[in-house]
Amino acid sequence: MSARILVATTGRILRQLRHDRRTVGLLVVVPVLLLSLLYFMFDASEATFDRIALIMLGIFPFTIMFLVTSIAMLRERTTGTLERLLTTPLGKLDLLFGYGIAFGLAAAVQAAVAAGVAYWLFDLDTAGSGGLVVLIAVTNAVLGVALGLFCSAFAQTEFQAVQFMPVVVIPQVLLCGLFVPRNEMAGWLQAISDVLPLSYAVEALTEVGRHTEPSGTMWRDLAIVAGAVIVALVLAAATLRRRSG
Amino acid sequence: METAIEVTDLVVERGRRAVLHGISCAIPAGSVTGLLGPSGSGKTTLMRAVVGVQTVRSGTVTVFGQPAGSAPLRSRVGYLTQAPSVYADLTVRENARYFARLLGYGAAEADRAVTDVGLADAAGQLVGTLSGGQRSRASLACAILGRPRLLVLDEPTVGQDPVLREELWRQFHALAAAGTTVLVSSHVMDEARRCDRLLLIRDGRLIADDTPEAIRASAGTDDMDEAFLRLIRSHETTEAR
Repeated sequence: MSARILVATTGRILRQLRHDRRTVGLLVVVPVLLLSLLYFMFDASEATFDRIALIMLGIFPFTIMFLVTSIAMLRERTTGTLERLLTTPLGKLDLLFGYGIAFGLAAAVQAAVAAGVAYWLFDLDTAGSGGLVVLIAVTNAVLGVALGLFCSAFAQTEFQAVQFMPVVVIPQVLLCGLFVPRNEMAGWLQAISDVLPLSYAVEALTEVGRHTEPSGTMWRDLAIVAGAVIVALVLAAATLRRRSG
Repeated sequence: METAIEVTDLVVERGRRAVLHGISCAIPAGSVTGLLGPSGSGKTTLMRAVVGVQTVRSGTVTVFGQPAGSAPLRSRVGYLTQAPSVYADLTVRENARYFARLLGYGAAEADRAVTDVGLADAAGQLVGTLSGGQRSRASLACAILGRPRLLVLDEPTVGQDPVLREELWRQFHALAAAGTTVLVSSHVMDEARRCDRLLLIRDGRLIADDTPEAIRASAGTDDMDEAFLRLIRSHETTEAR
């Protein structure tokens, strides 16, 4: 890895994003629109809105960054830029971390806007600080980026790439404790839920909702999500081969 | 004369089909070598092997004495892929500056390369909005950054207007005169006369490796297309025996 190449790559990815104004707009506006929808859906029950909106602040960046990254990386593969990059001094980790940092920064803006709207406009109430919510949301976004980088290796076309969304994202959303509390699930479902990183992200957010001070469980959960990011990045690095057929 | 690229018994298979059948050749440094052959003959595969991104079945490729694609070579070898490999959602200048940074060069070097390929006026334009010919020149700008020791160009002149093509060939020779080894592929036989040396390839086999003059002389014709045809025929007769 080289700091010069990492900075150049991160800058390049952000520059690409900047030229695509519509994508930037969608990144910022879509979570806000969905939160508004939740706000009006749970008009009658503030407690339900507080619980669900808080979890959604973590799920949106994960889902959106997974999709954006898997398409972006697939483009690198199909347009030949990846092959060319691999003939330069760029290391695999420069590229993977470049995506992680660039989209992580984009996710930070997205999460800050969404959390700001949730707290100030929709009166979201959490015992803990909103800053922690944003921190967990950004970690989740980076998890989405890392899984997207890995999954793009298994898609040859954009049609295939978008179908990994239901495969990778939806089971995690279903089993993360949003619909059924994890301890009320059948044992085998709980076992699956236990190995899915999003379950820990959601638990961490719930902890922030309940406790005024960051709890040990929250830090442990956040560390598990960060660990999952590292595992996904290592797997993604293994799919990047300088030589291909 | 120093050897820039040495290919020994190179076999490449794709699926179960052999794409290159044991190719051996040596390319002298500081020359413009043309890799000519019809579409599908294995030109791109050979070039990919030279830059070290092709999986090879057997045989070796060394560049300046080092295994192709090894780390020390990566900052000294420029590679132009056949389909333009630049970011469509960046401007020409942004693309060149990014690839320049990867190699450790600054903005001035990137801007020089953009000017050299005749895109100074379009430098601020998004690559996605350029014509096909301009887009491949944007890609070329990113390959010639920092005057690499070896420049591997896969069909760089396809779709370029004749005046510009002339200019590009002049630049390839200028680079070679300054010490860069240029390996350039084409399926247009007419471009053969512009090369110092030629490799003729067909169906994954080398059928000639010589200067254009020597090839024309041995085939007994001044027409390059005709010379290629005669070489194929004589090659097939030798194989049949």
